[in-house]
Amino acid sequence: MQSINRRKFIQTTTSLSIGFTLFGCLPKENDANRGSVFSSPSMPARDIPDRDQIDAWLQVLEDGRIQVLTGKMELGQGLTVVMQQVAGEELNIPPGDINIVLADTGLTQNEGYTAGSRGVERSAMQVRRAAAAAREVIKKLAAENWGLSPDQIKIENRKVKSLNGQKEISFADLLKDQQFSSAIPENIPLKAKEDYQWVGQAIPHPEMEKIVRGEALYVQDLRFPGMLHARVLKPLIYGAKLLSYPEEVAQMSGITKIVVNGSFLGVLAKEEYQALKALEALRKGASWEVENPTIEFSSAADFMLKNGNGEKISNSNKYTHNAVYAKPYTMHGSIGPSCAVAHFEEGLLHIWSSTQGVYPLRSSISDLTGLAEENIRISGIRGSGCYGHNGADDVAADAAILAMDFPGTPIRLQWQREDEHKWEPYGSAMRMELSANLSTQGKITAWDYQLWSDGHSTRPRGDAANLISSRYLEQPFEFKPRARVGGGTRNSEPYYDIPNPKIQDTYVSGPLRVSALRSLGAYANIFAIESFMEELAEKAGQNPLAFRINHSKDERSIAVLQKLSEVLRNVSLKEGEGIGYGFSRYKNTAAYCAVASLVSVDLSAQKVQPLKMWAVIDAGEVINSDGLINQTEGGMIQAASWTLKEEVKFKADEITSKDWLSYPILRYDAIPETEVFIIDRPELPPLGAGEAAQGPAGASIANAVYGACGQRVRELPIEKALVWL
Amino acid sequence: MQSIRFSINGASFKTEVDPGTPLLYILRNHFHLNGPKYGCGLGQCGACMILIDNKATLSCMVNLEGIEGKTITTLAGLSAKSGKLHPVQQAFIEEQAAQCGYCTNGMIISAVSLLKDNSSPSEAEIRQALQINLCRCGTQSRVIKAVKKASKI
Repeated sequence: MQSINRRKFIQTTTSLSIGFTLFGCLPKENDANRGSVFSSPSMPARDIPDRDQIDAWLQVLEDGRIQVLTGKMELGQGLTVVMQQVAGEELNIPPGDINIVLADTGLTQNEGYTAGSRGVERSAMQVRRAAAAAREVIKKLAAENWGLSPDQIKIENRKVKSLNGQKEISFADLLKDQQFSSAIPENIPLKAKEDYQWVGQAIPHPEMEKIVRGEALYVQDLRFPGMLHARVLKPLIYGAKLLSYPEEVAQMSGITKIVVNGSFLGVLAKEEYQALKALEALRKGASWEVENPTIEFSSAADFMLKNGNGEKISNSNKYTHNAVYAKPYTMHGSIGPSCAVAHFEEGLLHIWSSTQGVYPLRSSISDLTGLAEENIRISGIRGSGCYGHNGADDVAADAAILAMDFPGTPIRLQWQREDEHKWEPYGSAMRMELSANLSTQGKITAWDYQLWSDGHSTRPRGDAANLISSRYLEQPFEFKPRARVGGGTRNSEPYYDIPNPKIQDTYVSGPLRVSALRSLGAYANIFAIESFMEELAEKAGQNPLAFRINHSKDERSIAVLQKLSEVLRNVSLKEGEGIGYGFSRYKNTAAYCAVASLVSVDLSAQKVQPLKMWAVIDAGEVINSDGLINQTEGGMIQAASWTLKEEVKFKADEITSKDWLSYPILRYDAIPETEVFIIDRPELPPLGAGEAAQGPAGASIANAVYGACGQRVRELPIEKALVWL
Repeated sequence: MQSIRFSINGASFKTEVDPGTPLLYILRNHFHLNGPKYGCGLGQCGACMILIDNKATLSCMVNLEGIEGKTITTLAGLSAKSGKLHPVQQAFIEEQAAQCGYCTNGMIISAVSLLKDNSSPSEAEIRQALQINLCRCGTQSRVIKAVKKASKI
């Protein structure tokens, strides 16, 4: 670690206390790390046991504490506290005492991507079983040691004890400094739910204190001795070729090297600001050839209709109600531009990354660099929230290219704001056309849904071409899109009791780079379906919540809708205000969520003000109630921003959404109050909930705007579509 | 090269590094202060905020030259020497007012700056003070609650 550079900064008074904790200490060496979630750059790799082994998931540390190793990442969604809770509960250890290691190809299971709201459903449930198995092993061992039976053993205050309290031993001593070496039995008994102390409770997140103290926590905060700072000059636009660059930049102060590989251009410098100055000089002096200008369009709906590869089926004469909805390209919009540190030495490449999938990234980096996978280690470490496939994998690849060009030195690369805005893979534009018939009793008797969409995942899964810079190297990798709607169909099937709904999807190859954005197609599909449901309810002359309940058979759907109705019983509307609803069961298999939005619209002031958003959510067994509320609140606010404001803007040769002025997102003046109600189902399995609120929330905003001003917005974003006075 | 004097979290320094360097990079890379974060470098998001003479300031927009004789406080400098958290930090923990936490620095700094001038702000004043601060996880309704709570401590 570098200390303060005393040559450059001379301290003129004493007692400096800087808020820097040493990264990379093993927890046994540093008690200050007690119960922390950490990624340790210095933890040696291990032979990773099979998935069915206890020690794949759980280790005993020298000081006797328990460490959980997850193959998933903490993205701000709160997975780590859930891991602490389920493991702590089975072992009777306070959750805060359990150490968590995030995904690392040198340490943890290959659990693919941390995506699709499956972290709790899968990884945490396996950790729960591993912890239960560990408890049984501990009891059995202690019983043998003391000549007792396993049911005379308890775990209490981080120690193993006999029931009568006369015998006591630490985990480490009991295991004689060995790790668990047995498999997790198929039918391992789990703790009885009525005995739970921590699961279901609002346990605070273990890293909140580090966050508010500004301690080192993120990949952006990593520092290694001798580390160089890098910047890359991104091409002008997709497909641009570098013709020349100002070579004299290499002579600028502090510049260690200019790395050029085809149209990939990077700079390494001692100081970050030196790298920045060099980047600006490179930008000014570089010349580019733009070969294939991208396509311009003003309406996603029209573009999709004209460019889809399938035939549009004409329905207009078969149905009495028709409507076309659309969403534009939208950004993940991480607040912290993507960052990675890479170190290449003696043929081994180590990358520290906030990727959602260390293993898929490793196989793609292997493809990119030609290094064997076993010579690459990717250590997951927290980054700024990503909300899906943002620039995190790309920046790791960029850092790898730079590090391999300059071996022996750790290279830290952070993208510029403009890089993230222009080069992240966006959430796809979509067009949704709905048609339906209503019976005289107000029941839907026919339903036709056609959707047009670009793809929804270009995540790296072994293919270097999905890492953006690979396409700009001297020996470029060719990107071949999968040419299918994929996750765009998510929630395209209505979760309602409708006879023989017809659903058809059409792939459209759009002009912009796209990939997985939180909830994939579910947001746009639910926006369309739930807008249409309110349009139909109005035609049927029914209350919009009652209309949904009348079309629901699943009791859990009905329960969230009824609860929402109760919650809103005393809400009264003022002039210019409207209330709207949205409901879905995410993926039609995960959490149930019903949302209501209250907005005011002032057409002459050109202002839409979201005032309050309510959600009722049923995510099965609740592990952390406050975490579930936080995710749901955040999902609603994020979706309010998408729905009201967001659209990636571009011209033929330039993406013009390059910062927060040209791509505005919701600010504090427009943040609604939020309130979330949970329907807990402790007897049922937990369901992923991180993406449950977005779709219903977006629809509820559009429906509320209609209520407030009578304008039905079908093509997002709302603030662009509204006709102001 | 001119020598610049300033204080950070209670300790005084002088330096002769490139006076054009944005303060953000000095604080992060030379002082290893991880509170202020790079978010945009354009003064649009607030992730890099620090207190200069008790006023919330965008550290990406101030260079070394601009801090001659000034007193700088970062997130790490808000807590007492004993480690006791500032009431705003404490309220953020109590309300669990973060998800990824990348923007939290700026939100706390803006709130501390507000409360120094106005110990009992209205909700409108809280929103106004935090208007520069972007959060993408959508935790703003919690942050408003946390700032209200801190103003009552």
